[in-house]
Amino acid sequence: MKTYEITCIQCPLGCALTVSVDGEAVTVTGNTCPRGAEYGKKEVLHPSRTVTSTVAVTDGVLPRLSVKTKTDIPKEKIFDVMEVIRKTTVEAPVKIGDVIIENVCGTGADVIATKTVDKFRIQN
Amino acid sequence: MKYHDLVIIGGGPAGLAAAVSAHEAGVSDILILERDERLGGILNQCIHNGFGLHTFKEELTGPEYAERYIKKVLDAKIPYKLKTIAADISPEREILYVNGEEGAVTVKAGAIILAMGCRERPRGALGLPGYRPAGIFTAGTAQRLMNIEGQSVGKKVFILGSGDIGLIMARRMTLEGAEVCAVAELMPYSGGLNRNIVQCLNDFNIPLKLSHTVTQIHGKERVTGITISEVDEKRSPIPGTEEYFDCDTLLLSCGLLPENELSKSAGITLDRVTGGPVVDDRLQCSVPGVFACGNVLHVHDLVDYVSEEAERAGAQAASYLSGNSTADGYVKLYTGFGVRYTVPQMIDVKNMSEQTVVRFRVADIYRDKSIALYYGDKHVKKQKKRIMAPGEMEQIIIKKDSFTDGIPDSIKVCVED
Repeated sequence: MKTYEITCIQCPLGCALTVSVDGEAVTVTGNTCPRGAEYGKKEVLHPSRTVTSTVAVTDGVLPRLSVKTKTDIPKEKIFDVMEVIRKTTVEAPVKIGDVIIENVCGTGADVIATKTVDKFRIQN
Repeated sequence: MKYHDLVIIGGGPAGLAAAVSAHEAGVSDILILERDERLGGILNQCIHNGFGLHTFKEELTGPEYAERYIKKVLDAKIPYKLKTIAADISPEREILYVNGEEGAVTVKAGAIILAMGCRERPRGALGLPGYRPAGIFTAGTAQRLMNIEGQSVGKKVFILGSGDIGLIMARRMTLEGAEVCAVAELMPYSGGLNRNIVQCLNDFNIPLKLSHTVTQIHGKERVTGITISEVDEKRSPIPGTEEYFDCDTLLLSCGLLPENELSKSAGITLDRVTGGPVVDDRLQCSVPGVFACGNVLHVHDLVDYVSEEAERAGAQAASYLSGNSTADGYVKLYTGFGVRYTVPQMIDVKNMSEQTVVRFRVADIYRDKSIALYYGDKHVKKQKKRIMAPGEMEQIIIKKDSFTDGIPDSIKVCVED
């Protein structure tokens, strides 16, 4: 049996949860509501996060484009995803919601643009 | 002199939401003044997610949240000026603004909404010993350099202050390959939201050192390291507890200050605790026809609350412009035990709308206590709370029909058992 000590983030209360995993059986203690139990279970079995970062833009009015994974990805893949994001360059114009990287690191999640970056034009 | 019905100072989340709401309430002659090159304010650099859960029932990043309001402003064809600084406001609601195309221009406004936001407490206001080497940034400055301008800020980072921007930057810099040594917090509790402690620090095993502060910055040209010390209950460093960290960068996340230089020039009364204007239940300042909302009024933890407050300010400005400006019989709101401030600070009970949201912050962490409301000596309402913390804004709703005994001489909000 393995036990994990985590802080619940479902509300400001911040209960200190103890999650015990014994094969298939998962028990959560220290929670004060059902949402805490659910969070504790997921956080131990399948922790996932949305990754947000920026990629380089060429010919844009801004040098960086902010991006995010469209859905959350497994927590242990965060740094692999960052590695791919860091190596990515796009050309302006880019519109908010555009897919920048498809199915990043096989997670099933696309990396999409979270802002619009227009093409840079020299104004007269 | 040019005239506009409504001039809004600032094109960030507060200014945008106020403009949309005033427009919807029938104000057609609106002008937004924004000093940056684009609308959206600080949201443009807040590329992390967690915005909009209340407003849009989904989790958005800062730029996405901003985009939704910018679109509403563009769709409504509300005029705005970018790269334009409001330099002065007079008590007669004359605004002096400056930009590269028009030079210095004075306009007269029927009503003004202050939506200038806040700024970070800088190193100079913290009294940190040491030279002035390169490598010391406020967390928000580092955030802008990285997320907007694509600059690298540092490789080995120490963060002083556990405000949300500091926590967010701890994760951001870790993801970009920097090493974050630790976050030190002067107080015995964090100033940031719980979820940020978990997702920005715990996820990456970054230690949070409560009741600690920086007692020496080392390095002359560039930061080479810092020394921290534990502090006692009076927040004084305890000799013998010094700990040295090797680092090239120090980020400061030590509080936000509403930016009210313009409010002062307009002769507006400011609240000593919030640093923002004193307002009534219409969000109107001490100068008639001037309204305030967002972080210029008091620092919020969630942008959703900023938008909601700004929408109220926009609607109230519209109502003022249509001649609805009677204000008689203000009742002052007093803060009792455990409550640091309230916004609004007074209520026009006679003319108030159906209900008013009173927002406030508590002075300490309180478990299993209540928020209580008194009219004079009469106990009116009690709201049980499992936990209250200074980092999370609280609210209590005052309903017009709750004044069954007439207009009281005072209203008090306090924490009690």
